[in-house]
Amino acid sequence: MGAMDNTPIGGDTRVAALWDGLSRVMDPELDESIVDLGFVTDVSLDAAGRVDVGFRLPTYWCSPNFAFLMVDDIARELARLPFVREVHPKLHDHMASDEVNRGAHLGLSFAETFSAFEVSGTLEDLRETFHRKAFQRRQEAVILGLRRAGWSNAAIVSADLATLDRVVLEDEEAARQKPRYRELLLARALASTPSDRAFVTLEGAPLTEVTLPAHMRALRAVRINMEANGALCRGLLDARYGEAPAPEVPAHEPDHAAHACGGGGKACCGGCARQVSAFQPTAAPDL
Amino acid sequence: MYTTPDGEEVFIIDGHTHFWDGSPENQKNIHGKQFIDCFYGYHSSLSPKDKLWTREQFAKYSADKMYHDLFVDGPDDMAIVQSTYLKDFYKNGFNTIERNHEMAQGQPGRFIVNGAYDPRDGEEALEYIHFLKETYDVKGVKLYTAEWKGESRGWKLTDPNSYRCLELCQKLGITNVHIHKGPTIIPLDKDAFDVHDVDHVATDFQGLNFIIEHCGLPRLDDFCWIAVQETNVYGGLAVALPFIHSRPRYFAEVISELLFWVGEDKLLFGSDYAIWTPRWLVEKFWNFEIPEDIKQEHGVDLTKEAKRKILGLNAARLYNIDVEAQKVRLKNSPLAVAAE
Repeated sequence: MGAMDNTPIGGDTRVAALWDGLSRVMDPELDESIVDLGFVTDVSLDAAGRVDVGFRLPTYWCSPNFAFLMVDDIARELARLPFVREVHPKLHDHMASDEVNRGAHLGLSFAETFSAFEVSGTLEDLRETFHRKAFQRRQEAVILGLRRAGWSNAAIVSADLATLDRVVLEDEEAARQKPRYRELLLARALASTPSDRAFVTLEGAPLTEVTLPAHMRALRAVRINMEANGALCRGLLDARYGEAPAPEVPAHEPDHAAHACGGGGKACCGGCARQVSAFQPTAAPDL
Repeated sequence: MYTTPDGEEVFIIDGHTHFWDGSPENQKNIHGKQFIDCFYGYHSSLSPKDKLWTREQFAKYSADKMYHDLFVDGPDDMAIVQSTYLKDFYKNGFNTIERNHEMAQGQPGRFIVNGAYDPRDGEEALEYIHFLKETYDVKGVKLYTAEWKGESRGWKLTDPNSYRCLELCQKLGITNVHIHKGPTIIPLDKDAFDVHDVDHVATDFQGLNFIIEHCGLPRLDDFCWIAVQETNVYGGLAVALPFIHSRPRYFAEVISELLFWVGEDKLLFGSDYAIWTPRWLVEKFWNFEIPEDIKQEHGVDLTKEAKRKILGLNAARLYNIDVEAQKVRLKNSPLAVAAE
């Protein structure tokens, strides 16, 4: 096997498992998968269990701390796979490529990685900021899905975890976000038993019919911000790497209600809350 | 002046423009190249196809081209030019106040040239603010809290040195503080887009207006929350507005959020020239209507009155421009623009 070090082994199953692992890594700001966003350019596995992941961002200036979080998460997520021995994420074309790649390779913290500069603190506050926003976005999607399914505000605010688990949501985005919402609800210890409320504030306070409208307005602002950012990031990535240029969308196309981005069908930005088709990773050219 | 399809004349102040030199000759290093490339990415991803410039045109353009794009082809009556130094990236700076002032001299009465300072310069920053006031009589400044300087990768409005600078601005009557809270350049270790420092300074400097450029777009939700509470916080629409072409539904949602939280009296149009040109932006904005379902959901409307305020009247108020007097003045001093 020694002579075949760079040859992928284990066939498509292992490579598929790697892509699957990568798809669980989120852009922290957007709460969207880095695979769906087109950030991952290539993945390879050699006979010794070494994984190389090529990774790029929409601009040279994207936050190094966000980049660091993503690279860190890539290494963490892939290291869980039994056949993986070493993970080498490689960030391309970025102002902090050298530092981030070196830090990931040596397993350094953010502060250690950037010790040549004036940095302070850790990234934990940043992680928490993003977790909170992700929780809010996911919760809104589920509540909107329930509303579309005819649920009253009273039924929503009184629903418990068991009820949430039983309900089958027709709305595509709500169905996608339900398990993701549940995951954060439990991870943040906002619910733990089947009789706990399914919808509470970030601080764990129950919602009421009176407080729900204002609560939903706040969640909507979070979603609109994230969707606009997602569209901006995709547009910049396309502009930078020249793949799949954003299609021209008529100003008021008839089926606009189907897509928050203003696109419909193939013209969808791919990042809005009503995304239709998932990005299919393909082999990307060398950068 | 923008003339609407109904024949109405709308006074336009373009709240955010640049006269930069990002050409290879002026680039100091890779960062200078990547900076202008990133701007070009914004330009090419959000402009209509027939409004695209080449990279060469985009890197450096003449004063005459700028006059033409803003005032002849474009509907601007006046434009605010923001100074951005970036001397770590560009040999002569990206667009210094000297360069902007010289350009503005070519069209008297058309430009408001803003200064810039870096509070990390300490005493020198204070001296520089005096210099800006005495030499150029600036009414505003543009601050990049994310600008690199030596080994520093950014600063906060609440830093002690920053407070001293803001105190001086308030004392000298440099009342409009434009703050870049948005994409492109970012500090290294801090939450790059955090807008909470604005909250503190807006409370502590009631004599200043804080115009948050790009509405803190990566943190629109946080920005809205601050703007609700602070009467002297405004939003600049550059970067948000171009969505009106490629993602009209997003634009409708973003402007609805801004109208709901921030309000029509506190939003400023800006083309971010030369990232985008004002003509198509103003035309599309004037003709834009928020889709009925979004209007209902948000409980807001983008009326003609709101559009007039956003396109010029709000900026006129901040910069003490008597719109009627200014219209007369501009009519009596026609543009001197070289043929393109």
